Amino acid sequence: MSASSSFSVQRVFAIVLRHWYLLRSSWPRLLELIYWPAVQMIMWGFLQLNVARMPGALAATASTFLAAVMLWDVLFRGQLGFSMSFLEEMWARNLANLMISPLRPIEFVIGLVVMSMVRLAIGLVPVSILAIVFFGFNLWGLGLALVAFFANLLFTSWAVGLLCSGLVLRHGLGAEGLTWSLMFLFLPLTCVYYPVTTLPAWLQPIAWALPPTAVFEGMRALVVDHVFRADLMVWALALNAAGLIIAAAAFLSLLGAARRAGSLISVGE
Amino acid sequence: MTAFAIEAENLTKHYGASVAVDGISFALAAGSVTGLLGGNGAGKTTTIGMIMGLVAPTAGRVRVLSADMAREPHQVLHRMNFESPYVDLPHRLTVRQNLRVFGLLYGVPGIVDRIAALARDLDLTEFIDRQAGKISAGQKTRVALAKALINEPDVLVLDEPTASLDPDTADWIRSHLERYRARRGATILLASHNMSEVERLCDRVIMLKRGLIVDDEPPAALIARYGRQTLEEVFLDVARGRREPMKEAAK
Repeated sequence: MSASSSFSVQRVFAIVLRHWYLLRSSWPRLLELIYWPAVQMIMWGFLQLNVARMPGALAATASTFLAAVMLWDVLFRGQLGFSMSFLEEMWARNLANLMISPLRPIEFVIGLVVMSMVRLAIGLVPVSILAIVFFGFNLWGLGLALVAFFANLLFTSWAVGLLCSGLVLRHGLGAEGLTWSLMFLFLPLTCVYYPVTTLPAWLQPIAWALPPTAVFEGMRALVVDHVFRADLMVWALALNAAGLIIAAAAFLSLLGAARRAGSLISVGE
Repeated sequence: MTAFAIEAENLTKHYGASVAVDGISFALAAGSVTGLLGGNGAGKTTTIGMIMGLVAPTAGRVRVLSADMAREPHQVLHRMNFESPYVDLPHRLTVRQNLRVFGLLYGVPGIVDRIAALARDLDLTEFIDRQAGKISAGQKTRVALAKALINEPDVLVLDEPTASLDPDTADWIRSHLERYRARRGATILLASHNMSEVERLCDRVIMLKRGLIVDDEPPAALIARYGRQTLEEVFLDVARGRREPMKEAAK
């Protein structure tokens, strides 16, 4: 038996395998990953078509709708993919089994991060192909900039997912609703569909303190002005580094609080 | 190397104003089987939670195989395991998939062979490729025991391992535990409400009441001291406060 005192890729693989088995065994879970992103893309795609027929600046703005909705899905689905895998352990009453195993918190979190990417890919790849077929919009055509957009959005999604999971760990499934709703606070504040200048002056500094704002501004600069704003990506990366550190500290603190409250042995459906 | 597999020292747990475990101390010899008894709310599950590192003590400490469970649990978690009816295995995964996942988590070498051996020993072969949520209660208990034995633990903690099982399956599980202990020399801590099970399996009984240890002796000595025929009668005496131990009464 290998000692459990150092990081183990095998234990990360065990977590990924557990959730892969689960996804593979449940077609409703797989369908859910594609269904809502597809509905959103189709709705915003038709809206983009309609607005693009209008004259002037509005038409130019409309060209960003599909990119915006797909990048929003990276943010939202990335977080949901992380949090859902965590919730599955709570629903299955399996968390205590994991917590008394040699699995370390960092290995558990990395396993959830991998599953977040797997779940996102299952949803996003077919939807991005549908966008090409239906609306002639090629998300992958954004090129290397897309890597910077994706990375920054995923970092934010994992930080929020980590925070939500910590809250559920400490407060039980009563806090589950946060997993579904917390990210929607980012929807108006991170200016997914409009420039930051649309917000009142007092709200703009708050928006700029959220990493996705820089990504969505960067996306508009690329799609409308054909300029890649590296400065915005660096800003988002710095904010994400801080966000991930804070979220990891919060998760560990909430895990400690759950141990003190005895809630790890009483979690369940 | 210490001769004790589990050492609890002044172990205390408060939940707000409520005292679940009130400064208990005990040491379990390596290779022993100990029963942890007590009525509902006596502090058994909280004590087990603290031993497994799931619950942080308010005061005191637990050492398992010489490792402090509050500070260095990862030194020993791969040598321990746990089974409880209050914890489940993922229902949508097959029995084999569950065992594979836990085999990987515990770093078990030769997982395929280990699963095959457990399937043979615990008679899982017939349903090993069925989803864990679609097997009977008795089969689930055997699977939970297989998960608890996947890493051949040196310390095995069992919370009511035969609860809700028919007498035949329960007897079968007890025999398996006896064989495992004899073969492996493992230390077993067993919380149970089944007194005949405790009498059969345990070398020693720790009886808890309101978070305190009220008795700590081998089953036969406890029965003799209370002047009873069975451990169940002793349990009822302690739980209902009906009778003082004979030695105490003689004083």
